[in-house]
Amino acid sequence: MSIQGRKITIHDMSLRDGMHSVAHQFSLDDMVSLSTALDRAGVPLIEVTHGDGLGGSSVNYGFGLHSSEEYLKTVIPLMKNAKISALLLPGIGTVEDLKMARDIGVNTIRVATHCTEADVAEQHITCAAKMGMDTVGFLMMSHMADPETILEQARLMHSYGANCLYMTDSAGYMLPAEVSTKISLLRDEFPEEIEIGFHAHHNLAMGVANSLAAVEAGANRIDGSVAGFGAGAGNTPLEVFIAVCTRMGIKTGVDLDMIMDAAEDIALPMMGEPTRISRDALTLGYAGVYSSFLLHAKRVEKKHGIKSKDILVELGRRGTVGGQEDMIEDVALEMIRAQQNTGAT
Amino acid sequence: MTKRINKIPCALIGSGNIGTDLMYKLLRSPSLDPVWMVGIDPDSDGLVRAREQGMKTTHEGVDGMLEHIAEDGILIAFDATSAYVHAENSRKLVAHGVKVIDLTPAAVGPFCIPPVNLEEHIGKQEENLNMVTCGGQATIPMVNAVSRVQPVEYGEIVATIASKSAGPGTRKNIDEFTQTTSAAITSVGGADRGKAIIILNPAEPPLMMRDTVHCITTFEPDREAITASVKAMEAEVQKYVPGYRVKEGPVFDGNRVSIYLQVQGRGDYLPDYAGNLDIMTAAATHTAEVFAEQMLAGEAVA
Repeated sequence: MSIQGRKITIHDMSLRDGMHSVAHQFSLDDMVSLSTALDRAGVPLIEVTHGDGLGGSSVNYGFGLHSSEEYLKTVIPLMKNAKISALLLPGIGTVEDLKMARDIGVNTIRVATHCTEADVAEQHITCAAKMGMDTVGFLMMSHMADPETILEQARLMHSYGANCLYMTDSAGYMLPAEVSTKISLLRDEFPEEIEIGFHAHHNLAMGVANSLAAVEAGANRIDGSVAGFGAGAGNTPLEVFIAVCTRMGIKTGVDLDMIMDAAEDIALPMMGEPTRISRDALTLGYAGVYSSFLLHAKRVEKKHGIKSKDILVELGRRGTVGGQEDMIEDVALEMIRAQQNTGAT
Repeated sequence: MTKRINKIPCALIGSGNIGTDLMYKLLRSPSLDPVWMVGIDPDSDGLVRAREQGMKTTHEGVDGMLEHIAEDGILIAFDATSAYVHAENSRKLVAHGVKVIDLTPAAVGPFCIPPVNLEEHIGKQEENLNMVTCGGQATIPMVNAVSRVQPVEYGEIVATIASKSAGPGTRKNIDEFTQTTSAAITSVGGADRGKAIIILNPAEPPLMMRDTVHCITTFEPDREAITASVKAMEAEVQKYVPGYRVKEGPVFDGNRVSIYLQVQGRGDYLPDYAGNLDIMTAAATHTAEVFAEQMLAGEAVA
């Protein structure tokens, strides 16, 4: 099936997943300048929340410079066309947070669970759908389950009321063939009015290729961030993806020149260190580890003197899932003790 | 003729993972006698196992047992159903003169974390006691271990449990878990503010329950005193949960004190990875035994 002329919805992650890149320290001015630039460029949907969603501000994930509520209240009134979304992970955020978000004008709520645990989202998806919100079920770390499991879990989220279902490559581990297989199955099994979405991380430099594979397989919502923002090596680089879509005749409604300018002139100066596929980010992608662990592992490396790459590989080996940031220091201490014991014998 | 009783007859409401694990602990108890198991599905594994143990069962919920409370002399009931139905269950049981130990996160009654505040509940004749949550039972003793040394302005806990150990009730009550645990981190743990996070991990083989406690102290932490207090609290919890251990820490980083815990279950119902079941049911059993001994002592005096 030709994808020329296909219309898709671009969902910007720079101000939510991008929070991981700056340890959740965006200023309100950063939020305003980047969100308004994205709005002007024609990005229809922009996510604004702590990197770990509503209620994510914590010792475990990092305290935000401001609360999600403050960020949302600042950005929402300034949007001319773009709608704002918020992320919520059951177990971290609650229905109370969800109602707060809706009351201040959030249009889209994305309820995220590990790809095999969709039933913990029943309270939240049901509530959002009942309030008439654009309600998205977001299956994280989707590389860890087979296509049939992803389908079964997506069915649960659909049954609670989600009108859009996401397959999320949180570790940036997937290759295009896997994206095609899983997205095609979802597209074939759900009615047309149910939207299918895809969220990538660029840890193996597959963000654009995987997003294209998703569009070809029938996804119509695609996530991305400008200037390399996003956990790990960032999400699908949005300015690049828009250029590719423009060449291929995929209709995004986003102005290429303006998104390039937003990336280069506005987003890039906000970053401490430009994103690259560092050894650690590559390790996340290769070993299938949750991308948000990156900065936490580097911090533990600094404090305890154990190589972050080794910690990440061990976390992958143990099958850790999104949200288990507290395992990083625990595992590092355990590894140090094991090394000392070996040294002693 | 007076029949001298040496065990207090009890009822178990809820035949899921928690209720069934609890049944095995009560069957071993020197002072509690599990007489009834109440469920809603006649074929549930819990009810089948209860019948095998010679217990009376009903699949008609609490209503199916109410008329037998008097004749069977039920004095204590454990509710391991769901926060959504607990208030109604409790109302009916209390109306029949039964003391209710609540293992759901409904938080109808006051919180009980045995090594921290069980003593405060003795002799108070409270009709309903809430056991907080599995994560709360594992972590709040440690928040308290820090706050009894010096002020804690913020306490945060992360509970990670194996997916296989989280039944449908737990999954439907995720918000109640975080809210009830947060409330108890402050009111029982002694922190000024509290936050709770729960993670389900589906890894195979299932991972053992692990919990992290982060406390932010108001002043520079007294490392020696906190380390000693944590060690002492670990021993307190181990008295009723032998598989409870401080795996790493306390780790100090500025005013942050972090304690990494592991809870190995006794494998009464689910295998030993399900420390979350064990710590909850062991805390409830321990609490009920203290009350049972009081009731029995009262009986002897009378």
